[in-house]
Amino acid sequence: MKLIILDHYSQASEWAAKYIRNRIIQFNPGPEKYFTLGLPTGLPRDHPESYHSFMWNNFFKHIDIHPENTHILDGNAVDLQAECDAFEEKIKAAGGIELFVGGIGPDGHIAFNEPGSSLVSRTRVKTLAMDTILANARFFDGELAKVPTMALTVGVGTVMDAREVMILITGAHKAFALYKAIEEGVNHMWTVSAFQQHPRTVFVCDEDATLELKVKTVKYFKGLMLVHNKLVDPLYSIKEKETEKSQSSKKPYSD
Amino acid sequence: MRGGQGAVGARVLQFTNCRILRGGKLLREDLWVRGGRILDPEKLFFEERRVADERRDCGGRILAPGFIDVQINGGFGVDFSQATEDVGSGVALVARRILSHGVTSFCPTLVTSPPEVYHKVVPQIPVKSGGPHGAGVLGLHLEGPFISREKRGAHPEAHLRSFEANAFQDLLATYGTLDNVRIVTLAPELGRSHEVIQELTARGICVSLGHSVADLRAAEDAVWSGAAFITHLFNAMLPFHHRDPGIVGLLTSDRLPVGRCIFYGMIADGTHTNPAALRIAHRAHPQGLVLVTDAIPALGLGNGRHTLGQQEVEVDGLTAYVAGTKTLSGSIAPMDVCVRHFLQATGCSVELALEAASLHPAQLLGLEKSKGTLDFGADADFVVLDDSLHVQATYISGELVWQAEAARQ
Repeated sequence: MKLIILDHYSQASEWAAKYIRNRIIQFNPGPEKYFTLGLPTGLPRDHPESYHSFMWNNFFKHIDIHPENTHILDGNAVDLQAECDAFEEKIKAAGGIELFVGGIGPDGHIAFNEPGSSLVSRTRVKTLAMDTILANARFFDGELAKVPTMALTVGVGTVMDAREVMILITGAHKAFALYKAIEEGVNHMWTVSAFQQHPRTVFVCDEDATLELKVKTVKYFKGLMLVHNKLVDPLYSIKEKETEKSQSSKKPYSD
Repeated sequence: MRGGQGAVGARVLQFTNCRILRGGKLLREDLWVRGGRILDPEKLFFEERRVADERRDCGGRILAPGFIDVQINGGFGVDFSQATEDVGSGVALVARRILSHGVTSFCPTLVTSPPEVYHKVVPQIPVKSGGPHGAGVLGLHLEGPFISREKRGAHPEAHLRSFEANAFQDLLATYGTLDNVRIVTLAPELGRSHEVIQELTARGICVSLGHSVADLRAAEDAVWSGAAFITHLFNAMLPFHHRDPGIVGLLTSDRLPVGRCIFYGMIADGTHTNPAALRIAHRAHPQGLVLVTDAIPALGLGNGRHTLGQQEVEVDGLTAYVAGTKTLSGSIAPMDVCVRHFLQATGCSVELALEAASLHPAQLLGLEKSKGTLDFGADADFVVLDDSLHVQATYISGELVWQAEAARQ
């Protein structure tokens, strides 16, 4: 794995965004070649706190993605398991997930794969653990009764099939989960630990999230930041455009 | 249907690179329009799976709901109170010219006039939707003749009336018809005003208090009967007195029906109200403030003599007087000038200044679901403003109806 440690939440976010940008450019997507970005999914549609609203307000409305290319699990579907199965098929049809981006729960879960989830699970309906419900309460005015208790989620196995996995972890309240995920063994009680067996995982975190890690681990990975930061440098194609621009600005002088 | 997503097949317009006034804040959001209404892009994205047919870059400008002027007596030489043969074309001229001031809906106002004038004029000014032809007519504002002699201001004394004899029937006989009427200004101290106010309110007509010597108690009683507006606060009413605040006291009265917001018109042209008085009113009750122009036919014309109702007025720069006197006879400041002056004089937020000219008048008339707002489902009547609140373009039902010279390519 690569463990990327930045000072603050905003820097961690920026690093992750640049990384995703670079990966998309390197992949060179086109009409027949989808760069599939996977994200954990969940709650039913209509609610302002639904994943649809979240994705719209925080991502889709800021970019020019075509609605046809977005697929969000529908928690209101008549046959939930069929919805999940269809989702797995859509992933296959799009050529598999190129990069999966997710977070980690305080209980170490990835997507809504709560402690005890099979590490080879697929997209399915899950009942949420109390920890997760408490964590989600802030989106429902703090009223526990309003928080949905079930969610549709991609499975651990589904994410393991992605060609690359990026996990974002920020804040001291996630520190213990991060410790369990990378310094202890693979364990279905801390499902993020499954990615120790994935060939290409990137964990992006801030200082606070490393509070439960060994000093040795943190020092090692911080020492690698010089190398890791190269991954987010503007790519050759963008640099080329920049040099073109600066050259054209020289023209007035030569006239 | 109100609140709907517009005709599903129609073109979807996306206004980008702008700040829109929504929920009392200027948000960095795109404005989506379809079928003349504001569209919810999230629903479009997830339910219809569509993108915009056309994008328009707004150059970082402000998009605010179109201004609504509920008190305007005419302009550009047109006098709404004159019983000409073709009242309609006069209204149409004003409706078209005020688009450049950012006004997308208005209430043509008639000052105190003899019954013959009302009988001739009122039926000729129907409620009408706005469009490229001009701002929409929401209904008439009849200011007078049931007002106080003492506080008549520029209204002609000869045509003042009372409804002591037959209350509402007298009023109806004077106006001829109440079709097309949206607001009536009257003085509540006149005998039997309560019956009249109740009857008008029951018919959906907004009653406004003005040109009156009523004390606070009488004004509060009038509000209980249904009055909802105050015509040009401070002007043509008793001055504020600390032991009897008069009509002005309604702004902070605790004797009004619970949950009722009293609205009040203010002419923020720099002349009709001293900026300090403007600030006092604004600070006492900011949510009820409605900017009005009270513009007279001389709006948009130069200095000189012009007619207003049955009288002559003299225009001198930014002020207009009853000819030969020192009595103010109405303003000639366009609505966008009033908005800018209000902003500068009160130091209020840009959001509040814009709401005072759009949302508040819409709320007064009970139209806030479709006018004076950029919420989903509302009519797409809006203005494009630069940071100093100068009007760059005006849209009605999502169609460009006016554009500033500099903006034209």
